[in-house]
Amino acid sequence: MKKGQPGPVEALPQRFSAWFSVRGWTPRAHQIELLRSAREGRNTLLIAPTGGGKTLAGFLPALVDFERPPVQRPLHTLYISPLKALAVDVRRNLEIPIAEIGLRVRVETRTGDTSASKRQRQRRDPPDLLLTTPEQLALLLASADSRTLFADLRYVVIDELHAISASKRGDLLSLGLTRLRAIAPGLTAIGLSATVRDPPELQSWLAPQFPRHESAALVVAPPGAPADLSILDTREILPWAGHSARHALGEIYARIRAARMSLVFVNTRAQAEYIFQELWRRNEDNLPIALHHGSLDVAQRRRVEEAMAQGRLKAVVCTSTLDLGIDWGDVDLVVNVGAPKGASRLAQRIGRANHRLDEPSRAILVPANRFEVLECRAAVDAAREGAQDTAIARAGALDVLCQHILGMACAGPFGADDLYFEIVSAAPYARLPRAMFDAALGFVSTGGYALKSYERFAKIKQMKDGRWRVANRAIVQAYRMNVGTIVEADMLKVRLVRGGGGTGAYTGPLRRGGRALGEIEESFIEMLAPRDTFLFGGEILALQGIVEDEALVTRASSDAPKIPSYAGGKFPLSTYLAMRVRRLLSDPREWSALPEQVSDWLRLQQLRSELPGRDNLLVESFPRGGRFYLALYPFEGRLAHNTLGMLLTRRMERAGLKPLGFVANDYALCVWSLADSGAAHPDALLAQDMLGDDLEEWLEEASLMKRTFRNCAIVAGMIERNFIGRNKSSRQVRMSTDLIYDVLRRHEPDHILLQAARADAASGLLDLDRLAGMLARVKGKIVHRVLDRVSPLAVTIMLEIGRESVYGEAQDAILADAAEALIEEAQA
Amino acid sequence: MPRQPAVLKIMTVDFIADPAGALYWLDERMLIVADLHFEKGSAFAAKKIFLPPYDTAAALAALAALVAIYNPKVVLALGDSFHDGRAGERIAAADVRALRRLQAGRDWIWIAGNHDRILPSGLEGERRETLSVGEIAFRHEPGEGPSRGEIAGHLHPVAKVVGRGGRVRRRCFVSDGSRCVMPAFGAYAGGLNLHDAAFAVLFRNNDHSAHVLGREKVYSIPLRRCLPD
Repeated sequence: MKKGQPGPVEALPQRFSAWFSVRGWTPRAHQIELLRSAREGRNTLLIAPTGGGKTLAGFLPALVDFERPPVQRPLHTLYISPLKALAVDVRRNLEIPIAEIGLRVRVETRTGDTSASKRQRQRRDPPDLLLTTPEQLALLLASADSRTLFADLRYVVIDELHAISASKRGDLLSLGLTRLRAIAPGLTAIGLSATVRDPPELQSWLAPQFPRHESAALVVAPPGAPADLSILDTREILPWAGHSARHALGEIYARIRAARMSLVFVNTRAQAEYIFQELWRRNEDNLPIALHHGSLDVAQRRRVEEAMAQGRLKAVVCTSTLDLGIDWGDVDLVVNVGAPKGASRLAQRIGRANHRLDEPSRAILVPANRFEVLECRAAVDAAREGAQDTAIARAGALDVLCQHILGMACAGPFGADDLYFEIVSAAPYARLPRAMFDAALGFVSTGGYALKSYERFAKIKQMKDGRWRVANRAIVQAYRMNVGTIVEADMLKVRLVRGGGGTGAYTGPLRRGGRALGEIEESFIEMLAPRDTFLFGGEILALQGIVEDEALVTRASSDAPKIPSYAGGKFPLSTYLAMRVRRLLSDPREWSALPEQVSDWLRLQQLRSELPGRDNLLVESFPRGGRFYLALYPFEGRLAHNTLGMLLTRRMERAGLKPLGFVANDYALCVWSLADSGAAHPDALLAQDMLGDDLEEWLEEASLMKRTFRNCAIVAGMIERNFIGRNKSSRQVRMSTDLIYDVLRRHEPDHILLQAARADAASGLLDLDRLAGMLARVKGKIVHRVLDRVSPLAVTIMLEIGRESVYGEAQDAILADAAEALIEEAQA
Repeated sequence: MPRQPAVLKIMTVDFIADPAGALYWLDERMLIVADLHFEKGSAFAAKKIFLPPYDTAAALAALAALVAIYNPKVVLALGDSFHDGRAGERIAAADVRALRRLQAGRDWIWIAGNHDRILPSGLEGERRETLSVGEIAFRHEPGEGPSRGEIAGHLHPVAKVVGRGGRVRRRCFVSDGSRCVMPAFGAYAGGLNLHDAAFAVLFRNNDHSAHVLGREKVYSIPLRRCLPD
């Protein structure tokens, strides 16, 4: 923190200080410091822990401007949050100081839920403070009247900057910010962030990078009281694998009963469903325990949030939907089931308990299996040190760039040079080469193909003066329908119907029109057969059929669902936590902090094989049940391990080891084969060149790559969001983006959309960056142990075989299987 | 894996079902493809959806590969060879030349489909509504009701197969031994699940199966192993 600032009284108008005293508060140093910095016109980043009065601090500069109401009332301050719920929540909290200080400020929200008439009125007669989302900002900026609307904008406040900056939404927002600056050069940006490892990155993000690199001023609030963090030390037997945490549910229930209000965080929707159901099974006291996750019907989620805010609930089982700083109620205990996956994520979740700085937040971590104990231990140590995960510096996404260019054309004609210099002032695009910008411009105009056959159909065209404009109004309409960077997985509505379908008929004549329970991923439902039961919305449901875009279900009488939870975790283990887990594993002196069951397990591993070291890579091979297993322990997260598994099995295939399949979790990877992998040379198998031709060859067919391409094609605006939706008339034919991908890959492999998809895959679903880092790190440090039986560490990953489906690209193998089954039947 | 076509028997004729999605009739030296949908990409471009403008070239290249393998005397295109009546105005000169090269030295028959009532002008080849050879009738749209010895296109059948490793949605031939619906050949042709009612009326005895296009092989898969969409 900077020293030598004048005292609070000088900076804060009298009415404001009076209000603070009436409330019994003293303005905090960081609030005053931010106020001064921003009022002096400096872009400023505030880093404060949850409960540090962060939001109020962000609005103080604007509110102080309204000490004396201006004569004219144009839009004064824009507040942007990643969640629309947050915008609504902040408005509620802002109205208290506004009313009590007696300011005349009009505050309104504008989200996807705002009515069309209100939105229209807001453009004509804007409020003083507008609270909105990055997508709504993009829409406002893409309209012809944006230059008048934002002409006098004084502040833009960006909340939860740490959560949004390194994402495509962050890219979109950063581009919006550059346009706001072009319209209102006097604009000051204020960023609010939780503690991050690398503040300079966010400081650059908030400030213009062209014509010169600027950096926002930094204000850091003192850290809050250290959290009261513990790991549940269970009396039950710790499971070797799995994510259910079934063993700990009794103990979790007891803690919930003892606390005032608890938040129970889990990593996936399926886990949330399971834990919720199991807690209710034990709920002899009828405690009001609710469920909150992103797939539930919106109305139901709002009811839960309301009940929380009113203190009517005892506990809420939730996913990351409640991660961010929404102040719903008086939570005094956070239970994190499963491993936290990242140090920063854990800090964020802990912050949900006790929104007061001076009181420690109380949180209990509940590891669901043995590896998760190690991860929890590492996370707790990191939290105590205040350590954070490394932020991932990234270049702005190309598909978002294309979307932005079209949006700017919708706002009005632009010159290519002007727009280019505007765009490179956004930090994520500061290094964008002019040639890439021109390629994006070409893409927006005519698809950007080397074969220039679409010139006459151009979406944006050059006028005589060289500026670009949209070809017609229909293009503006299409842009408005497709704005945003979030491409949802294909979802089906889950609808409750009465009675069953016909016998065996999958799309039988079911009575429709029942209650909608929420939405579920199409890919999950597709794995089910009719009458399979699964958990959803806290109930066991039986699938009756799929009709168009709805999964029709009935309540099932069984007490256990047939189809278990399917995924381990949504977030892969962070690099930083992985490093700490390896450190913990390799040093027996640190094991005293572990439960006895776990340290015994590690000692046994030491005896039978050896422990993974800090920097090396342990590879074990052993036979079992007529097959040969190769277990690797890279600790690089599930995504990188899956990619490694795909590449490794290809290599083993070529080496004649006849691999049959593999399974990966956050910590390890296990490949099984027909031939003895003990004779293999891991050094050769894991040589760094596997990221060369092998990768290229595999990527060509990888379904992950196709999915990534589809998302890029939608965000960039090649195809519209509804292009591939389910058709209302089932007679219609479904065309898949896979076909487009295949043709483009063969005919123009360097096309901008393929570049965008590869970049996404490298940092996203395939986690290539991390895999490359690992291969470089372990080069020459691979330890191969040939064992005569499965090792204690390997048991944990072996148990996942068959639990999670094999991540296979071997599509033809599926067809061959199905064909073989036919032959067997014929011969039976 | 070497290329492994399957044998698909329609009536008494053994057709070679190629994994590229074509049938070859050895005795007649006839190569049959359905639903080429040339210039579908540019049809979308006219609506400002800029799909890669290479679909016609891709289909022609796949067709050229088949012609090289089988060296047919006759090529039979089972309708919807062009995506719409104005495809001829949009097709690239290079693609027209490639088509002419394929047509040289062999008979070429364009069966009429619903998309290509109007063929591009100046096109080589003979245009017909239907064609009968021996006990086999070729047409674009499958006829209504039961049929003996019919090969058609139009429906773009695909099969969805789920296995341990995931799910696959692939183009396929659908046949009960007396009637066959061919997969679409066009690069951007979509697919209709073979559980759709449109197939039920064609195969009333429910004894048809899917012959699914793999990478190098055609897999025969029973109907009940195929899922609806």
